[in-house]
Amino acid sequence: MDGYSLSDLFSIVVMQGFSGLSLFSVLLLMALGLAIIFGQMGVINMAHGEFMTIGAYTIYLTSKFTESYLPSFMPYYFIAAILASFVIAFGAGYLLEFLLIRHLYKRPLDTLLATWGLSLILQQVFRSAFGAREVSATLPDWLMGSWKPTPSIDIPLNGLFVMAMSILVTGLVGLFLFKSKWGLKVRATTQNRIMAGAVGINTKMVDRVTFAIGCGIAGVAGACFTTIASTGPTSGSLYIVDTFLVVVFGGTASLFGTIASAFSIAQAQSILTFFLTNAMGKVVTLLTIIAILMMRPEGLLRSKVRR
Amino acid sequence: MSLNSSRHGSSAGARKLKQLLVKSVLAGVVANGLFAVTSSQAASHIAVTDKEVVVGQLHSSTGTMAISETGAIEAEQLAISQINAMGGVLGRKIRVIQEDGASDWPTFAEKAKKLLESDHVAAIFGCWTSASRKAVLPVLERDNGLLYYPTFYEGLEQSKNVVYTGQEATQQVFAGLDWVAKTKNAKTFYLIGSDYIWPRTTMKLARKYIETVLHGKIVGEEYAALGSTEFGSTINKIRLKKPDVIYAAVVGGSNVSWFKQLKAAGINGKNQTLLTLSVTEDEAKGIGGENLVGFYSAMKYFESLNTPENKKFVSQFHAKWGANAPIGDVTQAAYEGPWLWKKAVEMAGSFDTDKVVKAEESGTITFQAPEGLIYLEPNHHLKTKLRIGEWEANGQAKIVYTSDYIMPNPYPKGY
Repeated sequence: MDGYSLSDLFSIVVMQGFSGLSLFSVLLLMALGLAIIFGQMGVINMAHGEFMTIGAYTIYLTSKFTESYLPSFMPYYFIAAILASFVIAFGAGYLLEFLLIRHLYKRPLDTLLATWGLSLILQQVFRSAFGAREVSATLPDWLMGSWKPTPSIDIPLNGLFVMAMSILVTGLVGLFLFKSKWGLKVRATTQNRIMAGAVGINTKMVDRVTFAIGCGIAGVAGACFTTIASTGPTSGSLYIVDTFLVVVFGGTASLFGTIASAFSIAQAQSILTFFLTNAMGKVVTLLTIIAILMMRPEGLLRSKVRR
Repeated sequence: MSLNSSRHGSSAGARKLKQLLVKSVLAGVVANGLFAVTSSQAASHIAVTDKEVVVGQLHSSTGTMAISETGAIEAEQLAISQINAMGGVLGRKIRVIQEDGASDWPTFAEKAKKLLESDHVAAIFGCWTSASRKAVLPVLERDNGLLYYPTFYEGLEQSKNVVYTGQEATQQVFAGLDWVAKTKNAKTFYLIGSDYIWPRTTMKLARKYIETVLHGKIVGEEYAALGSTEFGSTINKIRLKKPDVIYAAVVGGSNVSWFKQLKAAGINGKNQTLLTLSVTEDEAKGIGGENLVGFYSAMKYFESLNTPENKKFVSQFHAKWGANAPIGDVTQAAYEGPWLWKKAVEMAGSFDTDKVVKAEESGTITFQAPEGLIYLEPNHHLKTKLRIGEWEANGQAKIVYTSDYIMPNPYPKGY
């Protein structure tokens, strides 16, 4: 690496480190919702990406609305829009569980097919409602551009924002699962459904709310990703493979597994992409994941659930 | 949909009727000139009557490619409705059968077959990706159909059954590189594209041209998987190499991520020259003009083009499809398709494919398009100009350079 000063190299190391952490928070945020649905309930939700798209379009609509009716509110609308996208995706998930998913709990492969069909239907709904072209929400200024701690280091603000949201949501999910009454019911139902029912837990309600929360988190993820990626009818499908990768690699029934898995995949991919080409970075990452999964079929962290 | 099913119904009915008539002719009961006309038209396999001629439109109105192909669908329909308002082609009104390729290449081939073999269309306006064109090509050549293809593409193809109304790679690449090397005094280039045939072939041409003609240096070449949304590491690599020019051909949803993340990393039009081959007004709408300010696109057409022909076209397009509908390079190229076909048919005096192809290859067909006067060359491509547009915050490009006419050269020597 001749021709570079030490401070240049230092800046690159810092920015590259940040880029890895930023990818980590992206992967974690997109996988959290699915980790809850797939991990806790065993439902393979192929429409996960479309719930993210719901979040993204909520941001777009809120931004359009704010621009026309409350222009002075523009710098702050994003926060309100994220809450709105949680509420809308939660509602859609709640409805979906009631109408479709609950009839298929005993048939996991049918769920896969049904939710995949649903994802196609939703994509066409978005296309009919918002047009086939991609749209872009007007983002508040504080989300754009970069933070310069030194003249040669640029830290993307939107990356910082996604990271903060990712930490916040993970913290809330952790609190919900391990400290709240609802979380206790969810874990009880996962561990032993019949006993949970016998001690008076409404397991059907637990399923519905758990599913809806997973969907709501997907909505938040989609909303946050409008700062770094596209908003279009099929944007959600870009994330679905990585999402399943993170959840399966992490071990399906463990929140910590998901975090560990997102971290290791992100770091591997980010570092390899820097030194190899983009495609080779991905190839090496995937091969490593396959090798590890062959040795540990249940993922990084094993579930301690007796089924 | 109802259009198609009613068509199926009527053609089945017509077939029955024809069988009946053939039988009666054989029986010697009826014989007059009318049947001779019917049978000669059936032989040419083209659905044309004294009043109307049927053409096909084959784009993706569903699936991932609908994002890009919507503009082309709208432009072709505008052109066809204008031609009909002027009295049609050879006195026949054009009737369109629209099929959906659904972003799936085998579906494109199947629908092309349906249009040619059961609807007997006189021409097809359609396809967007090279993959869909390659899927349709064998069907076109076997059934001797006509395709008007609107997208700028990688070249290395010339079929007698296709007219390419977009630019091939040499037209889009060389003049743009010349411009950037001269005005920005660029010596080092970083190439980045999505990982499929068009960016790969285009970058191959660009690399050779930069190294041998411009005597510049390629400091990096990178391809991101289609649909990739993470460019952090790539951007850091670019930062390390400090190229004079980033030369980009990233497409689809990745394109949005690429520009949003560039901007967030502090790389913008003020501190970096970036020339892209894959941003038109359509893409700019999804990316957001504020993320593109100061970057350049190399295209043959921009919506902002200030000529009377273009202003008329833009206002007609907006009147039909809404004032917010963006008009990109491919949309304008798609608009040219039906008009060029009309000219070729009128020169041939027939809808017969071989005669129309002969007219196309005469080298004398020109059209006053929104982009300016275009020439249909005997190699089925258009002689056009290249323009460089500088993006502004409102999602429109300011044209900063217009080249001379560039001859299409789909098979460049030495590449």
